[in-house]
Amino acid sequence: MQEIQIIDIRKLTETIRDLYGFDFTNYAMSSFKRRVHRVLELYRLGSVDQLIRKISENQEFFQEFISEITVNVTEMFRDPSFWRELRENVIPNILLNHNKISIWHAGCSSGEEVYSMSILLQEMGILDNARIVATDIDDVILKNAEAAVYSVKNMELNEKNYIRFRGTGNFHDYYEVKNGKAYMDKSLVKDVSFRNHDLVNGVVFSKFDLVLCRNVMIYFNQTLQNQVLISLHEGIFKYGYLAIGSKESLIWCDIANKFLVVNNEEKIHKKIKE
Amino acid sequence: MQLMEFKKLHNRYKAVVIGGSAGSFQGITKILSGISEDFPLPILLCLHRLKHVRNGFMEALSIKSLKPVAEPYDKESIKRGKVYLAPANYHLSIELGRTVCLSTEAMVNNSRPSIDITLESAAYVYKEKLVGILLSGANKDGALGMKAVKDRGGLTIVQDPAECMIDTMPQAALNVTEIDYTLSVDRIVRLLSELNKLY
Repeated sequence: MQEIQIIDIRKLTETIRDLYGFDFTNYAMSSFKRRVHRVLELYRLGSVDQLIRKISENQEFFQEFISEITVNVTEMFRDPSFWRELRENVIPNILLNHNKISIWHAGCSSGEEVYSMSILLQEMGILDNARIVATDIDDVILKNAEAAVYSVKNMELNEKNYIRFRGTGNFHDYYEVKNGKAYMDKSLVKDVSFRNHDLVNGVVFSKFDLVLCRNVMIYFNQTLQNQVLISLHEGIFKYGYLAIGSKESLIWCDIANKFLVVNNEEKIHKKIKE
Repeated sequence: MQLMEFKKLHNRYKAVVIGGSAGSFQGITKILSGISEDFPLPILLCLHRLKHVRNGFMEALSIKSLKPVAEPYDKESIKRGKVYLAPANYHLSIELGRTVCLSTEAMVNNSRPSIDITLESAAYVYKEKLVGILLSGANKDGALGMKAVKDRGGLTIVQDPAECMIDTMPQAALNVTEIDYTLSVDRIVRLLSELNKLY
């Protein structure tokens, strides 16, 4: 396979933008290029030009491409200390002012984070008071998130995280193993609204008390991070919270000063200015 | 004119990437404590480590090596003379503008961070201006990365397999690409000191 040039990537992102309306122009080049390389290998395509042709001619293939190009590796209760912080400080703080809580998982991928949240709220006895929206740009992964069937191997890791999170229940009560697969208890997410939304050019559709957008913006360059933060800011009530990944930072963004870091270790921010 | 022990050294280099796994911790601390404080190039460390222990490793490394080691944030600029460590459970690659780009993609060679990912992206950005060093380790991660460094004209160094606690990693690199220097950790320190004198 020939080496992928920046110009090839440009041609590819322009084609996708013109044909399908998704804009990958400002994705971080190093990881995006690696994902494209992976797609070429997976579909045995010799060059980006061949990929562009296939995308242009075949809409179904484009859906597969979206699934492959976005990163869907995640785990339940990733960074257990983050989830403890939500349970012990952030959520109780939100509930001081009203008895309902609204949560947006921006870039929910295969749903592990949504289930973690539902389990946490269930154990706090407030799941019924929560309005949860989970969004992603990939329809296929959204279906997977709703179906919530995970590999048993992943469940071992999820359980280890749950134990570090110090959940108050028994993790095994939340799923059933059938035919070598783990089926999550769907009643946990019966009120969750899974919907397609593109952070890059999506319109802000509602406001929330808590927005989780963890390890999503790392796939964007700084220009796009800046732009997406403006949308996220719009989607949060004043004095609501934004959580990003443990190695992400807002300090390079123009509107960073509209947020206060309330927990630097867990990267939890409070919106303090409209 | 000073007599140079390592003839291939040159002042064109702009960054050093060091990869290591099982048995490399001592080597890393020896290297970091052996180079002088004014070492001009950024050093990027990609070391296999426990995925689910976020804290402690960087601190231990800083204390043992007498040099401040930092885990960079996503999109942080790489600055001269600083030592960066790939955070637990993230791949670390380099962007064209010489910033750090983190990712949670699937493990590569059963590893996250993967040394191949760091070396390959650094080789792409720094080209012939990169020094790649691979230390002791129990799998083949880093071998293809070293090949990428060599293919783009960078300098490749591995820890002498005879000295390694586990030699799979440097041996794999020796098998897939040309390695400029196969050295003990002590001589890697000497090489970096000599490199320092060129700046």
